[in-house]
This record gives sequence, structure tokens and C-alpha cells, in this order.
Amino acid sequence: MMAQAPDLTAPKRPVSHSTLGRAQRWSWIFQRVSGVVLIVLIFTHLFINLWSGDGINQIDFAFVAGKLASPFWQWFDFLMLTLAMIHGANGMRMVIDDYARKPAWRATLQWALRIATVVIVVLGTLVLFTFDPCPADADPSLLPSICEDI
Amino acid sequence: MSPATTLYRGHEGMWMWVVHRTTGIAIFFFLLVHVLDTALVRVSPEAYNEVIGSYKTPLYAIIEAGLVAAIALHAFNGLRVIAVDRSTWALRHQRQLVWAVWIGFAILMLGFLPRHLMHAFGGA
Repeated sequence: MMAQAPDLTAPKRPVSHSTLGRAQRWSWIFQRVSGVVLIVLIFTHLFINLWSGDGINQIDFAFVAGKLASPFWQWFDFLMLTLAMIHGANGMRMVIDDYARKPAWRATLQWALRIATVVIVVLGTLVLFTFDPCPADADPSLLPSICEDI
Repeated sequence: MSPATTLYRGHEGMWMWVVHRTTGIAIFFFLLVHVLDTALVRVSPEAYNEVIGSYKTPLYAIIEAGLVAAIALHAFNGLRVIAVDRSTWALRHQRQLVWAVWIGFAILMLGFLPRHLMHAFGGA
């Protein structure tokens, strides 16, 4: 069965990349570029954490702390966190614009999205860079092996 | 004039749009939760281990498999969208590229699922 589309009427004002406006164009470029970078970051993240070694069973404080003790993984996770949150929020912004028709409801959702995105990015960044892999008062059996030397 | 047929509505491109949107929304909400649970490493080792321990149950193992599936589909389809936008060859072969997305997805899941389920349900 062939699907039928309704007749198209010419738009009052044609939309192209040059008329979308600067913000929309950058949002479009960002979504493509960050998407490609995120494929590399997230597939690496899943390979290391969920596939290598003991998979899901290896994930505990000692595992995460052992990774985040290294600046490489701190910056890796920071890049993954910020790119993923902005990419996701940018997608959700378009979803809200598509489905939330009442202006007040749309504005409420867009603000909730902006606030949630800023809170999550700030919280995640603070955790990544203020985190202590060897808390002094913690049970030593729960800590990564690097804490034995301290 | 009768309504024109479309290459888009009801065809592969429309269904991949639905897949892209639903997987994207699902991944976004998971990401919010995932940053919050990981933030518990800042609270205490006990707090983190207790919450992450609940992810090692059979129910969550299946949710995690679904999450990996969503990420793989969103990633491969995203590459297809970029290709179709950028190259005339990809535009002409967009139907075959939909198949490529699903084949790539199947290969990735065949590599991931048995190992993940063995980890989750014991045995390995």
C-alpha cells in the first residue's frame, strides 16, 4: 500500500539554512559534530566499563575511583558529560517545540530542560574534579588499590 | 489533484525518524539518572556501592541491554542521517543504508548481549 501525503502548499517564507538564523545553524552543526565525537566516547566508555574485564559486576567504588584518579579519565568523562548533555538537551528542545503547542506550557518545559541541563552538567563536573578516590574515613576494603600507598 | 505519493511517509525514513526520536528521549532520561547515581561516589563508597549494586540484578541487566541497544541504534542511524545529508550516493542508497544500520546494530548486539547476559546471570 502506498502512503499518501496531503497536498503541499508553498510556505509563506521559504526556510533554508541561510534563513534559519545563526543560532539554529550552529545548533544543527553542533548536533552532527558532537554526535560523531559521542559515538567514539560512549562506545569506548561502554567497552571499558560494560564489556571488558568482569562487565557489569566489576562496577563499584574501587573501579570508578581507580579510573577517576587519572586526569585522562577525568577529562574524558568531562567531555562525554558536557557533549552528551548538550546534545541531548538540544534534541529535547526540538521535541518540546514539536509537541508542546500552548506557549506557556512550552516555555515551562523549555525552562525545566535548561535548568535540569545546567544542574546535571555542573553537578557532574564538580564530582569529577573535586572527587577523592581515597576518602580518609572510608572502609579500606572498598577503596581502589592505589590508596594502599597513601 | 489527487494527493501525491511520498518517498517519506510510511517508508523506511519515517520509521527511522521514530526510532531516532524514541531512542534519543530514552537515552536523555537515562543520562540524567546516570549522572546522579555516579555523583554518589562523592558521598561515600558505601552509598555508591549500594545503589550500583541494584544495577546488578536481572531486571536491570535487561534494562542495560535495552539501553545499549538504544545507543547503538541512535548512533548508527545518526551516521546514516549525516551521510544522506552530505552525499548524493548515500541519498540514492538511503534504503540500503537503513539495512546497513540494522545489520550493524545486529552485529554489535551479537557481540555484546551474550557476554553481558553471562556477566549478569552468572556463568562468566
